[in-house]
Amino acid sequence: MTAASPSAASRLTAGSGTPSLRHRLADRGIDRVLLLLVPGILFLLLLFVYPFLYGLQLSFSPQIDGGQALMNGYQGPLANYLYFFGDSYQRDTIWTTLVIGLPAALVNVLVSVPIAYRMRGRFRFKRTLTTLLVVPIALGTVLTADGLIEYLGPAGWLNKALVDFHVINEPLTLVHNYWGVFFSLVITGFPFAFLLVLSYLSGIDPNLERAASVMGAGWWERFRRVTLPLLVPGLAITFCMSFVLAFSVFPSANLVGDPSGTTRVISIAAYHAAFEQFDYSLGSATSMIMGAVMLAIIALVLGWRNTMFRGPAGGKG
Amino acid sequence: MAAAANVPADMAPAAPRRRFRPSGIAGWVVWGLVAFFFLNLFALIATVVLDSIATTWFGSWLPDDFTNHWYGDAWAEFNLSDILVVTAQVAVIVVVLSVLIGVPAAYALARRNFPGKSIITVLFLLPILIPPITYGIPLATVLYKVQLAGSITGVILANLVPTVPFVVLIMIPFIEQIDPKIESAARMCGASTVTIFLRILGPLMIPGMLAAAILVLVRTVGMFELTFLTSGPTSQTIVVVLYDAVFGAGIRAPQEVDAMAVVYTASMLVLLIIALRFVNPTQLVTRVGDR
Repeated sequence: MTAASPSAASRLTAGSGTPSLRHRLADRGIDRVLLLLVPGILFLLLLFVYPFLYGLQLSFSPQIDGGQALMNGYQGPLANYLYFFGDSYQRDTIWTTLVIGLPAALVNVLVSVPIAYRMRGRFRFKRTLTTLLVVPIALGTVLTADGLIEYLGPAGWLNKALVDFHVINEPLTLVHNYWGVFFSLVITGFPFAFLLVLSYLSGIDPNLERAASVMGAGWWERFRRVTLPLLVPGLAITFCMSFVLAFSVFPSANLVGDPSGTTRVISIAAYHAAFEQFDYSLGSATSMIMGAVMLAIIALVLGWRNTMFRGPAGGKG
Repeated sequence: MAAAANVPADMAPAAPRRRFRPSGIAGWVVWGLVAFFFLNLFALIATVVLDSIATTWFGSWLPDDFTNHWYGDAWAEFNLSDILVVTAQVAVIVVVLSVLIGVPAAYALARRNFPGKSIITVLFLLPILIPPITYGIPLATVLYKVQLAGSITGVILANLVPTVPFVVLIMIPFIEQIDPKIESAARMCGASTVTIFLRILGPLMIPGMLAAAILVLVRTVGMFELTFLTSGPTSQTIVVVLYDAVFGAGIRAPQEVDAMAVVYTASMLVLLIIALRFVNPTQLVTRVGDR
């Protein structure tokens, strides 16, 4: 920091020569304030970037001692990946996760749209209702799963009501299978999607719709031709976030699902490899695959979004 | 910020206040869907609460008789007081550290434009965008390698990964709306940097910091994945103990598990009611979508 010396400052005030390094940096926004960033960046480098890179490197060096890939005869740095895609028990977890995650995210977003559309204005119980929607977030996945097992179980209220009113003869199997996980994802994911869609809808200028109304457009036409196109960018973001939540489902897939069969999602496979078989290398490789699939879906959705209209009157996205 | 966010800016002042009254088939369908969702949600919660105070309950509409001894049993068997102390320790330390690390970083990001700012912003966004289970497994592997996993320190470090960026994200818009001229004026009047932070910016940032802190508290108490991956027998928070009680081996009365679940939900609801005094419900779910 020689540039900060008094001589540099005096040279500047004299108006001769080039400005000091400190001033030139300050012109580009670099000054001591940036030191405030240092703890945060160091922290993330140490606990986020380094573990990620370590995991990536680990996934390319298959574990010698008890490693699943070597035991199954795969060699070389790609052994973990070859093993994962070569073994249908591992490979199918991607499909299982997509089959649970995509419909759950889609239902959460699509059901949110009409409800949020009806509620975008002001009405008396709006704040109460949005507050109530936060309750599932307070429950968390574990209690939701616990409650689902009892409420939807063979002797639970729902089956009892359906049997007593002769809607069905035998209790429905709704937990410890695909549907249990699906319901759990809807209960925790719907409020999340709804509140996001509502905030995007509130960001659309209502005068646009009024203008359309004055021009004689009916409610369907107003929604279809005015609101929906403006909402699409926000919907894409909401879908991505709902999907990421659903794709990383872990506790409920174990608790209300069938964790060794129809709901053996990819996060269970990664956890199983790393902390039950103690093959950290395969566990890291599975995590990397999980991240890659997720990013691929997000890239597809956002790429599609970019083909849509993006204008100043759009949602807050 | 919270007060301003509560008022939706979507209706002109002249617009009449809409009544809470469904109209048309579409309206009834929409309200029916909402009612159906809440009906099931409350039945689900009621099942857990009723079972936790039931002597026996199988196959009938309501339990045979009521008792409160499951709470005492659960309290003793799971050492709930210890677990709650651990949970509170983890949550409070995570809140303090993430505010201490996050607020200065948010200040720098809000006030300066510098080369490479977008890269740093992405670095702060990634831990929020990527679900915890994805980076949690490599993170836990590293923590096991340096022998921090299993201790409270390990749990705190892991929980800080999403909360520090979360504080940064909440504080950036908050700091941006504080007029930088106030700082310049204070400096003109001879205030030192420390004085400016303590006497000028500090009081102005308190509401935002409170909102960030309470949201971090709620997220940390409810954070399952990272705590699950990094905790040991003495460092489990209540949500992980609850998971083990449901999923782990061993024979337990289901009522005891439900009693613990009710304790967990009750403490979460208390936190949420406090949180909702400071923030809008939307903020509890909005992570980055609401930029």
